[in-house]
Amino acid sequence: MKKLNFKNMKKTTKDQIVTYAMVVIVFLIAQAMIFTGNMSSLMQGLLVPLCIYSIVAIGLNLCVGYLGELSLGHAGFMCIGAFSSAFFTKCMVDTGMNENLRFLLALIIGTLTAAVFGFLIGIPVLRLRGDYLAIVTLAFGEIIKNVINVLYIGRDSNGFHISIKDANSLNLGEDGVMLINGAKGITGTPHQSSFLLGIVLILISLVVVFHLVNSRSGRAIMAIRDNRIAAESVGINITKYKLMAFSISAAIAGMGGVLYAHNLATLTALPANFGYNMSIMILVFVVLGGMGSFRGSIIAAVILTMLPEVLRGMADYRMLIYAIVLIAMMLFNWAPKAIEWRQRHSLKKIFKKKTEEVQE
Amino acid sequence: MNFVSYLINGISLGSIYAIIALGYTMVYGIAKMLNFAHGDVIMIGCYIVFTLMSGFHVNAIVSLLAAIIGCTLLGVTIEKIAYKPLRKATPLAVLITAIGVSYFLQNAALIIFGADTKSFTSVVAMDPVKLADGKLTISAVTIVTVVACVIIVLALMTFIKKSKSGQAMLAVSEDKDAAQLMGVNVNKTISLTFAIGSGLAAIAGVLLCSAYPTLSPYTGAMPGIKAFTAAVFGGIGSIPGAFIGGILLGVIEILGRAYVSSQLSDAIVFAVLIIVLLVKPTGILGKQIHEKV
Repeated sequence: MKKLNFKNMKKTTKDQIVTYAMVVIVFLIAQAMIFTGNMSSLMQGLLVPLCIYSIVAIGLNLCVGYLGELSLGHAGFMCIGAFSSAFFTKCMVDTGMNENLRFLLALIIGTLTAAVFGFLIGIPVLRLRGDYLAIVTLAFGEIIKNVINVLYIGRDSNGFHISIKDANSLNLGEDGVMLINGAKGITGTPHQSSFLLGIVLILISLVVVFHLVNSRSGRAIMAIRDNRIAAESVGINITKYKLMAFSISAAIAGMGGVLYAHNLATLTALPANFGYNMSIMILVFVVLGGMGSFRGSIIAAVILTMLPEVLRGMADYRMLIYAIVLIAMMLFNWAPKAIEWRQRHSLKKIFKKKTEEVQE
Repeated sequence: MNFVSYLINGISLGSIYAIIALGYTMVYGIAKMLNFAHGDVIMIGCYIVFTLMSGFHVNAIVSLLAAIIGCTLLGVTIEKIAYKPLRKATPLAVLITAIGVSYFLQNAALIIFGADTKSFTSVVAMDPVKLADGKLTISAVTIVTVVACVIIVLALMTFIKKSKSGQAMLAVSEDKDAAQLMGVNVNKTISLTFAIGSGLAAIAGVLLCSAYPTLSPYTGAMPGIKAFTAAVFGGIGSIPGAFIGGILLGVIEILGRAYVSSQLSDAIVFAVLIIVLLVKPTGILGKQIHEKV
């Protein structure tokens, strides 16, 4: 067996191992706390949402940190993943299929559907840049939510019935079952998400994104982020790599959605769970954790979700704190005065003279 | 007759969008940033009028003036604290900051005024006009809104064409550095733009809440995004464009709500945005911008 030598490893490999180890250690600590009874039931209820947020934050970080484009529609991709997988589970629930196999298929379907939507939406959207791209992804997210809210799908012996008006216009037969009930969403999805599953999915998404960003494609994506015109002039296919990053990012968000759908008995597309606010919340995790750092996204998701629950009085101010975090982080990173202050108080400066000069 | 009344409603809603869109289009033209918080400035303006009118029984005109002053100050303060230090930062950083400001205003309002929806008293207390033997009723708010919008657009165009500050705005929007070399105070001009945009937002907000009398911390968000759509539709940076885009979008939304589906009206508006951006990203009256290497 080859002996692992931590010191001589490449920086990126080291970074990956630290991240995987961190996730596993957090999982073990949480499990130990549950077994010894040191974790309140409230906290235990937060474990799966934590995994969901971490996964979606990893997906969004790929888009914001590596592709350099702000998507405000990731809640929409989550919504697609959630609804397509829950729809599949609802269809299959009576067929007597093995539970785990069914969930695995639901997971694949949810992720793939989100990826396909990411691809389809990406084709027109990625022609735009910056502010326009952000607002169009926001628009797509809202459209997805709106359409799901008026979608009615039922099934009887004659097959599927689809309507976008109301439940009665489906004309379901006697044996008809309501699958998606418009704004009331999907009810009765079996509860299959668990903390362990969430951790596994986090690890899977980490493997995917780490492999992507450290590959040739990943370097092409970063080249496009840093200078689109220069990247194009060295022969990088802009559309291809942008679409690749965006679809994978959407697929990971969809995976978070699958976990979300199988964590709740009732799945509805409300502004509160799949609206613009969710996209912003995920964005806060990405920004606070550091754009381009997947480990940071997970840490930020854990801290910002746990903090308001630990400090009970803060619950009302949670959103306000998120907003201040966003503004403060950006000012701290970019304001000339803050940059000057950081350079003056930088710890590294004591040891090294010239650091962090080229950060643009 | 139904169609005519929908059309009038659409023009009225469109006028509100147009007034909001003016704020977006001016700020985008000059500071080259999407001021996400603009919609929430509207909401703050509404709360100022609401508090003054129902809490302190202040006259409607006085409350409106107070809201305009309040929003102007708010707009300038936001620019000073959050946007000015980021003038040289990447567009992504500025955009995230703007989203943060928007989120901050919403949640501050949520804590101060509560989450419950308030019913707003219309500031226009006049009888509706009846036409065609009473078959067609036009509310006074509708008329006031359209008239206010036309006056504002004309006044703003004259201001930009004739006044020195207006010319300075044009110069800054063309080329910031060159304008500075020519002795234009760029910082002051940008502040002035934010002040005018936010003042207009207060007027738009009050008209919006008079027409649709519900007020909550999220009142401004949707109209804000739709007004941005209107600004893009008409061509960002162009004042007549914002007017045309606003009116068209208002009509599309109301007709869509009436004839297609009331739940999908937002989706229709956003579909318009997407189509416009894909087919003609510069909008109806926008200028083509060439990218320099």
